[in-house]
Amino acid sequence: MNIKILGTGCARCGQLEKTTREVVKELGIDAKVEEVNDMRQIMTYNILTTPGLVINEQVVSSGKVPSKAEVTQLIVNSLAKEERTKAI
Amino acid sequence: MVDKNIISEAAAASVAAETRVPKQRRNLYIILGSCLALWGLVYYWLKPAADFLTYDVFNLSASSHLGSSVAFFLYDAPKVILLLVLIIFGVGIVRSFFTPERTRQMLAGKRQFVGNIMAAGLGIVTPFCSCSACPLFIGFVETGVPLGVTFSFLIASPMINEVAVVLLYGMFGWKIALMYIVTGLVIAITAGWVIGKFKLERFIEGWVHDVNLSPSGGENSGMKFEDRVNYGLNAVREIVGKVWPYVLAGIAVGAVIHGYVPDGLLASFMGKDAWWGVPAAVLIGVPIYSNAAGVIPIVQALMEKGAALGTVLAFMMSVVAISLPEMIILRRVLKWQLLGVFIGVVALGIIIVGYLFNALL
Repeated sequence: MNIKILGTGCARCGQLEKTTREVVKELGIDAKVEEVNDMRQIMTYNILTTPGLVINEQVVSSGKVPSKAEVTQLIVNSLAKEERTKAI
Repeated sequence: MVDKNIISEAAAASVAAETRVPKQRRNLYIILGSCLALWGLVYYWLKPAADFLTYDVFNLSASSHLGSSVAFFLYDAPKVILLLVLIIFGVGIVRSFFTPERTRQMLAGKRQFVGNIMAAGLGIVTPFCSCSACPLFIGFVETGVPLGVTFSFLIASPMINEVAVVLLYGMFGWKIALMYIVTGLVIAITAGWVIGKFKLERFIEGWVHDVNLSPSGGENSGMKFEDRVNYGLNAVREIVGKVWPYVLAGIAVGAVIHGYVPDGLLASFMGKDAWWGVPAAVLIGVPIYSNAAGVIPIVQALMEKGAALGTVLAFMMSVVAISLPEMIILRRVLKWQLLGVFIGVVALGIIIVGYLFNALL
């Protein structure tokens, strides 16, 4: 799984990154979490507000700092999707 | 596998949540209603409680410097915090109906002027923080929102924010709060309109046009009432959690000025008759970066001591509307000419408003 945090280094973006890393650690999944700071790269995801959360190249949240429970839910949903595509 | 378990648990939880909804919603209404009643009660008793603490418990005299400072602080600090909680919650509920994506859809292809008016209005209710100014700007301009209209949005949004309006209402009363909103809107509309007239599109950084965007619409109409309440509560937690130290510090400084600075001291250089007062206030205000929460209580105390309303309002608007960090962020997408025009037009608008208020009141 590939997770990206889109943000230009504001406090809210850092908060999202921290939460995401915590969730990944707690779920014990094999995921790569990376920050994307470059404005041009951020804009390729077509978001209007930062911070953005991208899982497997899909924007799942933008413009807010989701709670830990929400991040967990988003990651779990994407895991389920991954499983389904593997099964096919 | 760890994840399979989590998935089934999450699914079970969401099914259980569906069946609980009607009863939960009734409880939610009851809780919200009682919170509001409690809020009203506390607000009503603030003044007597603050006076009782100051004059009876601490045994301070009402005519002493310390007494008037302490009474001022004990009444104003909790009052402003209470107002902030209520209004930010309410605004949060309203904002849950708006997303930047939807605002963009409404503004795309709008003509000048009508578009400027809409953009300034939407700037008030659309949630976005200043660190998003860049992606927002690109997202708007590259999907057909005219440049001037985009600027109306970017000017109105930070200037007319709920924290500023609450503090103005709490410390100056509703008339001045309303005047601030109306003049703020007028500045945002005309400044955006003027920038649009100048045809400055060539001063947008070149790489912005290489970005390929499709105007996707964010959908959030599916939010339930519970989600909106949650959204409001989150807004309260996030905003009040951030601004309360500024509010307290601002009111503390204001309280000291209130108690110790002699009346009329500031009239000579911040009063109506000093013609250079307004531009000086704007010049000082532009580089200062603070939120409204810290500035307004100080400004209120200054006014009490003889500073003119127009001068004070101009100072406040320039602190809130034009901030150095936001300009640095915007420099990435705007060439300096355009950034200069932006700052110049807004500063000029604020100066005119300042003179206007000094002349009228």
